[in-house]
Order: sequence, then structure tokens, then C-alpha cells
Amino acid sequence: MFSRLLQGFFKHIDSFLISCLLFTMLVGLFVLYSASGHSLERVTSQLINIAVALVIMWLVANIQPQQLEDIAVPAYILGVVLLIGVALFGDVSHGARRWLNLGITKIQPSEMMRIAMPMMLAWFFAKREASPRMTDFAIAGLLLVVPVGLIVKQPDLGTALLISASGFYVLFLAGLSWKFLLGGAVSIGAMMPYFWSMLHDYQRKRIEILIDPSQDPLGAGYHTIQATIALGSGGITGKGWLNGTQAQLDFLPERTTDFIFAVFGEEFGMIGNLMLLLLFSLLIARGLVIAAQARSTFTRLLAGSITLTFFTYGFVNMGMVSGILPVVGVPLPFISYGGTSMVTLCLSFGILMSIQTHKKLVASG
Amino acid sequence: MKSRRELKNYQNEQHNFKLRLAVLGLLALIAFFALAIRFYFLQIKRYDYYQTLAENNRISIVPITPNRGLISDRNGVVLAHNFFVYTLEVTPSKIDDLDATIAEIAKLVEISPVDMKRFNKQKDESHNFESIPLRTHLNEVEAAKFAVNHYRFPGVELKSRLFRHYPFGKLGSHMVGYIGRINDNDINNLDEEGLLSNYKGSDHIGKSGIEQSYESVLHGTTGFQQVEIDADGRAVRVLSSQPPTSGNNIILSVDSKLQGIAETAFGEHRGALVAIKPSTGEVLAFVSMPTFDPNLFVDGIDFDNWNALNNSLDKPLINRPLRGIYPPGSTFKPFSALAGLEAGIRKPPFSIYDNGYFTLPNSTHRYRDWKPGGHGNVDMRRAITISCDTFFYGLAMELGIVRLTNFVRHFGFGQKSGIDISGEIAGLLPTPEWKMRRYKQPWYMGETVIAGIGQGYTLVTPMQLAQATAILANNGLALRPRLVSAITNAKTGATTLTKIVVNEKIPLDENNLEIIKLGMIDVTLPGGTAASVGVNAGYSIAAKTGTAQVVGIKQNEKYNANLIDERHRDHALFIAYAPAEEPKIALAVIVENGGHGGSAAGPIARKVMDYYLLGKLPAVEPSVGSSIATKPNENIPVAPVNPVVNAPEEEHFD
Repeated sequence: MFSRLLQGFFKHIDSFLISCLLFTMLVGLFVLYSASGHSLERVTSQLINIAVALVIMWLVANIQPQQLEDIAVPAYILGVVLLIGVALFGDVSHGARRWLNLGITKIQPSEMMRIAMPMMLAWFFAKREASPRMTDFAIAGLLLVVPVGLIVKQPDLGTALLISASGFYVLFLAGLSWKFLLGGAVSIGAMMPYFWSMLHDYQRKRIEILIDPSQDPLGAGYHTIQATIALGSGGITGKGWLNGTQAQLDFLPERTTDFIFAVFGEEFGMIGNLMLLLLFSLLIARGLVIAAQARSTFTRLLAGSITLTFFTYGFVNMGMVSGILPVVGVPLPFISYGGTSMVTLCLSFGILMSIQTHKKLVASG
Repeated sequence: MKSRRELKNYQNEQHNFKLRLAVLGLLALIAFFALAIRFYFLQIKRYDYYQTLAENNRISIVPITPNRGLISDRNGVVLAHNFFVYTLEVTPSKIDDLDATIAEIAKLVEISPVDMKRFNKQKDESHNFESIPLRTHLNEVEAAKFAVNHYRFPGVELKSRLFRHYPFGKLGSHMVGYIGRINDNDINNLDEEGLLSNYKGSDHIGKSGIEQSYESVLHGTTGFQQVEIDADGRAVRVLSSQPPTSGNNIILSVDSKLQGIAETAFGEHRGALVAIKPSTGEVLAFVSMPTFDPNLFVDGIDFDNWNALNNSLDKPLINRPLRGIYPPGSTFKPFSALAGLEAGIRKPPFSIYDNGYFTLPNSTHRYRDWKPGGHGNVDMRRAITISCDTFFYGLAMELGIVRLTNFVRHFGFGQKSGIDISGEIAGLLPTPEWKMRRYKQPWYMGETVIAGIGQGYTLVTPMQLAQATAILANNGLALRPRLVSAITNAKTGATTLTKIVVNEKIPLDENNLEIIKLGMIDVTLPGGTAASVGVNAGYSIAAKTGTAQVVGIKQNEKYNANLIDERHRDHALFIAYAPAEEPKIALAVIVENGGHGGSAAGPIARKVMDYYLLGKLPAVEPSVGSSIATKPNENIPVAPVNPVVNAPEEEHFD
């Protein structure tokens, strides 16, 4: 009886996904304890974040994908309106305008867009009866560019990049022609020198520093230099939990959030890094399987986009910490400290579970 | 049929989708593989390298401060440069007993209470491991003494640092400005502009004048060294370095010799002088008297000096050319005159008979001329020459305040000149809307009348007055004034001239201009209000005198300079350009509480023009005042300096 109830309760939870997720989160809590300088307070606070996020994941997993499809458009419109609100009345903090003060609480609408964007575009292509044509892609492109533009203006390059990626994945999976992709890539490449010549010297300098942080070791490059030292000195097996010298001394900035991977890599070494890559690969593989098995255009596109966006998160963060990608503010999924990204990620994995576990109903209905 | 096609499409779509999904999955795999390679490179291949950096040593990035650019005058005379001084710097975090160490150092090198105060203040403001200067400007003997005993003081370093120095001290200090220590406010500004990392290692930043407004040009790019540091914090090995790029040098349009002559000519007087080259907009002299020594500010001004400067009645810290506001008085008349001519209401041979006062229609209120009994027959040219108030009262009334202000605004009144240093204020050109907004009162005709002679609410800065004169000399071509004429790239040595910026070309009738100019030339000829200024000049000078009253004169009271407290005497104003036929210099002079414009301000202008045009140095003779007596005393009823106090109409008596 009890086990029956339990089974019912977890009916919509994908056991493979949840196992991998919980394990990653557990690893994250250990790294956080070390990175925060043995702060139980931080760990407790992150535990609360995780608890909230898991509840939200469970709720979403129990929702019918059809209902998700129904709220795609309102969610998108609300997101854009809030983004415009941020641009007009947003609070400025650390030089960026990202938060909207609603009186009772402050919200960050760009986070909402992370989910609303792929939902909206998946809905859009699901509504096309025949194969989507060039004009459809043009409209979808516009739906993508408007909120991304607003987020770039805040400025929040990291989030803009992830949302662009999530939208692009939908476009690509919906059948954006290879010719167009190739043409677009070539023409952007060809336009680069022109844009470059249009920029002021200081703007060029900024972009150069973004691409090659070692040019600015006192500013943006400092993070990267210290992070590569941390990673490199970790060696094959790592210095061991709580033993990372770079992390424990004050060398690493933002070591509980965007740069937490440097702490992980220093303390757990190459083996730890590869294990983490494996964990992420398993999550991605499962997501791709869910997408491939999905029954409707909407769920297919949404599941594909969510999975690949998760990949982008991880890749961009690890690439930036290890010095092969420019430094943009992207946290390491399920490991970096922070409630917002934890909730958003769990929500998206909840959607994957919903798509997977409601398949039979869709098929029969 | 239809359903079959859809079915086919559906299968097609699914097939396509899976293909594309596989492509992206493959890309993700490749990307992760790339990461794994990177991990291999960092953690296995270069493990030893990073291991050494991380464990045995600490890596530190040391900024190398660039040399600040030099500021020199148009002839290459250096007004701001850098020189090396020895400083004694202490890193508190490396010293166990700070007080004992400092007491021990004080036995070798003198440490004054002022030094201690500054050190303690900076120690409180600084973060973690910074080193803080304990004593600056050590002489050779002191430096040597410490160097011998250096081994006794770990954590104390003798460093050679570049200091900013202004070799001419007080000369042109309002224009050159000064640098000062970077404070929290500066840090916030730099952070917002994204420049903070370029100031790691910089202690100073431009605070005023050229030093401030050309900060980005002068500062240069900070270089850096990546060094290994041993346990004591000593640099063991340089891993990589990038040299700093020196700041660019600035060449001012100002002639420092001319500047010095002008400043000397002021003597003990307070006031301002701005001289402009009309054909380019370059500022030739920028005088604010009294001045101050900018060297006091470089390393943080001490309390006593600050108090002395800040509390002085003479207000030496105020940048008078840009921030001093004065009623233009009669120097405004040439511009009122041109407004009347251009509007077509005072076409030659128009003239009036001046019997010493002007009344508005249906009023008995008399607006008096400065000359009791009047000037008799006066036409436009003569009205300027003798500064006839009555003539301009009538002109302003007929023209109306709106047309008057709309016209003279083209000459830069009531707006910032756009000169390339900051802090400028716009002065005031009153309009009925402005008065309604400011005082909730309607505009009175009487206020228009006195606006015609530059009295009432109108306020100008010396910069504006000089700019207006330059525009007049330039036949209406308004160029943006500038202090910097060229910037020399420190790296390449290439010199870039700053551009001439045309603000506007005022369309003016040549014949009208001619009348104004002839009237102004007559001013410095016998019979004019500044006849003495033109004596034996050797070139022709077009000029206009002015006087602005500091305190209101009560009804039926006569102004007597001798009986009035010095600080309540009239301000003397003088504008001029020369040679009148082909102007090479245009200037405005204001001598606070100097009395009459021609006698107090005129001689200063003459000395400046003599040097600039003829290379003539002023004779060392104090008896300037002796020749003044013969000139007509231009003593007119005016509004007080602060127009807020009284409604101007009340200042005039029947």
C-alpha cells in the first residue's frame, strides 16, 4: 500500500535523471563547503535552494506537456513585458540593470526567459501545419532577437548567450536549412572586418580582452590566470577535498559561484573533472533520448533545446574557467552557489520528465 | 491523398529531427572532448609548472604605472612634468610591531607628525597587502642612510616613485589644474567607465583643469609584471611582463610668458582675463587671480594650507574665467548695438539728442545717463565710443527683451562656451519666461531698458565675454574655444592638432559690423572712454569699457570710490581686440572692485596685447594710475552684482 503510494508519488519522476541530478548536487555541496571556506551557513542556504528547486521540478514533472504548450505564449509575452519594464524602471546593481522591483519582491525576468524562450519557439513551430518555410524562420528569429537584445542591453551577456543558444537549438531542430546556416556563418564572417573597423579603440580593446584575458591581467584576466593555476596545480588526482591552496587562499575570485569549477578541479584533479564531464554527458544523453522519443513536435523541440542548453551551460562555464572561452557570467549547473539558476535548471529538467512520463497519454489521446 | 502526404511529412520530419539531434549530440561530445584535452594540457602536461606556481610560490601581478604625459605651453615650455623622488613605503601586514618599527625608522629619517597623520589615514583606507608611503621626498642623504640599514627593516622598502610637479607653481594653476590622490568617488567613476584595472598601481588622478579633463590622454596604459614572490613577499622571478605605455603629452594653446605678464599685471587685484586667438579659437591666456600653488595638492594638501586657501576672502580656488559671474555692464553695448542695427531699428543716420536721461512713454521715471546733463547729439558710432547710456535705453526698449536676448545668444551669452576644461557655468541671459519661472513675476519694461546697457539680471563669465569679443572680431564666425592645441603621442612622437570646431556662422550685415567696429576703435582714441589705453600703441585697438556696481547706490547718493570700502567698489571690465583691421588677439578683462573699466582693466589688456603683438615686455613702473585722471568717469547706475537682491527698477531714480 505504502509502496504503491510512493510509486504514485514518483510516477512522473525519471529515475535515471534524478539519480544523476542528486549525485551532481551532492558533489556540488561538498565543493561549496570547501570553496566557501568551510561555511556551513552557505551549504545550508544552498540546501534550501535545492529543496525548493526539487519541489518545483516535481510539480512541473506532473504537468501535462499539453498544458505547457498552452502557457507558452502568455509566458513569453509576460517575459518580454517584464524585460521592457526592467529596461525602463529596473534597479541598477553592479553596473547592470537586471532586477525589477515589484514592491513585494524583486524578480529577474531574464531568468524566466530561459524557459519561456524555447517553449515559445517550440509552440510556434508546432503550430505550422506543413514543413516550416523561410518566412517562419524569419518570424521565429525575430521572436528570439527581441528579448535577447533587451538582455544584452542590461547588460547580461551570459544569460543572453544561453537564451540565444536555446532559441537557436529550436530553430535548428525545426529544420533550418543547411544552406542558410552555411550562408549565415559565411556572411557573419565576412562582415566581421567591417564591424571591427566601425568600433572605437576602447571597444576593440574590450573585445580583445574578452577573447584573450591575459591582455588584462589586472582586470578581467586576473580570474582566468588564477583559475588556470588552480586547475593546473590540481594534477591528475587533485590536492584532495579542502586542500586546494589556490582556493583556500584568497587568490580565486567568485569561487563559490562562476569559478567554483576551479576549486573542484584543484581539489579533485583530472579524474574529478572527467567524472563530472561523464555525469553531464549522462544527463545530456538521457535528455537527447527523451527528445528523440517525444511524440509531438512541441515536446520534441522543447526537450531537444532544454538538453542542449544544459550542455551549453556546462561547456561555457568549464571552458571559461579553464581558459579556452571568454569570461562571461555563466554558473556551473547544479554546482555553483545560487538559488535562481538552481530553480531554473530543475524546472527545465522537470519539463524533460513531464515529456518523458506523459508520452503514453499523448499517444493514446 | 492529403492525409497520406501529411503522414509522409510527419515521418520525414521525425527522421530529420533525429538526424539533427544526432548532429548536435555529436558536437556536444566533441566539445566535451576538447575540454578533456584542455584538462590534460593543464593538469598533466603543464602540471609541474602550475604546481610550482601554486604551492612553493605565490604568483603576483604587479602593475607598472605609466609615466603621466607632460603639459607644455605653445612654445614648448613645460608646465607640468614628473620627477623621481625617493619614498619610504611600509607594508603593515608584514610587520609585527608597526609602532616600534616606525619609531626605529624615525631615528634614521625624519618622520613628521604630518607624515604620520597621512600614513595612518591611508593605512585605514587601504586593503590587504598594499604598501603605503610613510615618508616622501627623501633627500639623497636620507635615502642613503636608510639603504644602509635596510636589512633591519623587513617590510619597509625604499622606492623611487614618479611625482607630478608644476615647475611654475602658481602660474595658470586654474587652467593646468592639478592631480590628487584617487579617492572613493574617483574609484566609483573609474569602475563605471570600466577603467579601474588601468588604475591599479596609480595613486593619482587629475582633479581639475587640463589634468582632469584630459585625464584619459595624460594617464597612459598601465603595464604589468607577473612575478613569483617568496614567503617574504619579495619578487623572485619575473614570469612575463608588458611594459606600460606612457600618457600622451599635451601642448596648450596658451603662451606661458603672456600668461605670466597678464598675471603680474593684475598686481594685488582680484579678477580674470581670457585672451583668444579669434581665427582659431585657441585660448592664449587664461588668468584667474589670485592663483594658488597646485603643487600643494599633489600629495594631499595639509590642513593649514587648505584652510588658508579655502577660507580666504579672495577665493583663490575659484576658477574665475569659467565660474565667476559678473554683470557685463557697458561691455554689453556693442552687442546690443549690433542687435539694434541687425533688427533695422537703428539704421544710420539715426541719432538722438541726449539730455542726460531716458523715460519710458507714460512714465516720469528717469533712467539716467552716467554723464549728468547728457552727451548731446549721439549716433550709433559715437554712442559706443562715449558709452552713451541714453542711446541704448531707447534701443533696448524698441527692440524688446526677446529680440535682444535672441540675438546676443548667438555670441555665446547665457550658454557654456564649450571650452575643453570642465566646471564652466552658463551665466544668465534673462527672458520674461525665465523671470516668471524664477520669481513668479511678470517682466517689466524697465528691465528691458537696463538690459540694453548690460545691467539688471544679465550675468556673464569672463570666458563668455572673451568669446563674444572673439566672435565679433571674427565677423560673426563662432569657433569653440580650446586650451589644448595639440597632443603628442608618447610612443610614436606623432603630434595631432586638435580640430577647429565651428559653432556657427552668424549672418551679419558687413555695414552694421563696420559701425560697431569703428565705434570700438574710437574708444581707444582721444575722446573715447579708454583713450589712455590706445596711446602710442603702434597698432589700432578696438575696445569697450564697462563698470559693474557691487553695491546699490541709494537715491540721490553719489558714487565716490574713495569713500567706499575696497571690496564694495565697482568691478572694472574691459574687452578688446587688436589689431583692429586684422585681429590676432581678442580678450576680456575683469578686475574685481577695480573701479572704472578703462583705467583699471585697460592697462592690463594693453600689456597683454603689447607683448603678444609686438613682443614688448611691460616696463617696470608702478605709476599706472597717473594718466587716468583725464578720462571720462563712466559711472553709471547699475544693479548690484547679485540681481536677486532687488528688483532692478528700484535701483534707478528719477
